[in-house]
Amino acid sequence: MEIVLFIIFGLLAVAGALNLLFQRHPINSALSLVVVMMSLAVLYWSLGAEFLAAAQVIVYAGAIMVLFVFVVMLLNAGEEDRSASGSKIATIAGIPGAAAIFCLLSFVFLSERQQLGFTSLGGYLSSAVSNISEISHTLFTSLLLPFEVTSILILVAILGAVVLARKEL
Amino acid sequence: MNHLTNFEIFLLLTIVKIAVVLGITLGAVAYTVLLERKVLGRLQNRWGPSRVGPFGLLQPLVDGLKLFLKEDMMPLAVERPLFILAPIIALGCALISIAVVPFGAVTMVRGVDLFQIANLNIGLLVILGVTSIGVYGIALSGWSSNSKYSLFGSLRSTAQMISYELALGLSLVGVVLRAQSLSLRDIVNSQAAHGARSWNVFGGFQFIALFIYLMAAYAETNRSPFDLSEAESELVAGYHTEYSSMKFAMFFMAEYANMITVSCVATLLFLGGASSPFGHIFDGFASGIVGTALFSIFWFVAKVFSFLLLYIWVRGTLPRFRYDQLMAFGWKFLLPVAMVNILATALAFAYHG
Repeated sequence: MEIVLFIIFGLLAVAGALNLLFQRHPINSALSLVVVMMSLAVLYWSLGAEFLAAAQVIVYAGAIMVLFVFVVMLLNAGEEDRSASGSKIATIAGIPGAAAIFCLLSFVFLSERQQLGFTSLGGYLSSAVSNISEISHTLFTSLLLPFEVTSILILVAILGAVVLARKEL
Repeated sequence: MNHLTNFEIFLLLTIVKIAVVLGITLGAVAYTVLLERKVLGRLQNRWGPSRVGPFGLLQPLVDGLKLFLKEDMMPLAVERPLFILAPIIALGCALISIAVVPFGAVTMVRGVDLFQIANLNIGLLVILGVTSIGVYGIALSGWSSNSKYSLFGSLRSTAQMISYELALGLSLVGVVLRAQSLSLRDIVNSQAAHGARSWNVFGGFQFIALFIYLMAAYAETNRSPFDLSEAESELVAGYHTEYSSMKFAMFFMAEYANMITVSCVATLLFLGGASSPFGHIFDGFASGIVGTALFSIFWFVAKVFSFLLLYIWVRGTLPRFRYDQLMAFGWKFLLPVAMVNILATALAFAYHG
């Protein structure tokens, strides 16, 4: 059951990511990214991490991508012009570089599987254990310092954005 | 039925449940439109629809027939795929979120709960997530129409929904704190002990949260007094200006389906869902499995109906906000109040243990 879901939505995520690159209109690209986010949410859910799946949908697909689409709509961005040639290095090194990174990553993941740890489809996080209490317990005990530091970082980013935008108003 | 395996029974019952809930929801959508037109008519000292059938009761049918038979106009300059996709997203998201709503008391038949399609342990988050995806329907409809009125309408509506989603989500935290679960069934059960006294709105002291939730939900569903996206005096009809026939009907149905979902969620979270306001006093009158089921459904429908009536009453009474007032109300009033409510609720629970 889970393997079927994994194959369908894994393929959908890859197809969405490729479509994101090949589409020429920014709004189509943004919508492809939404498809990728939603497929990732289904993959998380099939691994038993339903809270993460819901957060993925609410935060990424529902808030961040809506802002992307909103900005594209607001600026009325037109189709991307591909006639102007990009940098030469990107053309020559792009595909081999991406292939090399992909090979390196898959080699690391496959060879160091024991050290990295792996999860099984269907997930050990069954509905018997509440995902949320598990996550919040980890977040507010052993990972409290990184959590607080991250929130301060985000706060600083918000203040910075306000200061930068203030000049324009 | 004994030759069926458990999985087959589950599958068949689930399909039947989905069909029944879909039918009832669409019927309720049609008659909510009629209810709105009737009540709004009375509020404005006129009759409302009264010609088709007794008391105008067949009006939704002929309305549907009319929209179905209209010519489906497709303007030339629209972005075709997105123009068609937008109403489907809007209606689809509006109908999906009803799947996690428990309509009545737990009634198990062969291991399947009859009055809830899916009892997810993150039911509340699913509703929030599906609602936030519904924004795309409105955003894309305005953009793909290639019309300035549609674009303005959908820009306004998108900004409004993003802003009010925060207050909406924060207003629910107090309820979740009390129930210690995101499953809607657990949230209802946490309020079922002593009738109305243990409902979240009274016993849980969440009346401020209910107020914030209702305000934010009215804004989320683009209803008056927050219906800036379809302000007919400035924007013709807002984001669905260019839509006609069934595509327009899909937006229309999505709006009313969203109203029903919002009312269901308000009932579940603040008014104890399908539980009776009198606690267990009248349990003796409704005995047996059918009696209990009907009794609980009656209370659920009555509560949802009162929320829908409130929706219509508000629409008939309050004038529309101005755009800056809308944003100031959402960010400077609702959001801080929601945060204070969370703090107060959390402190109270920490104090009482």
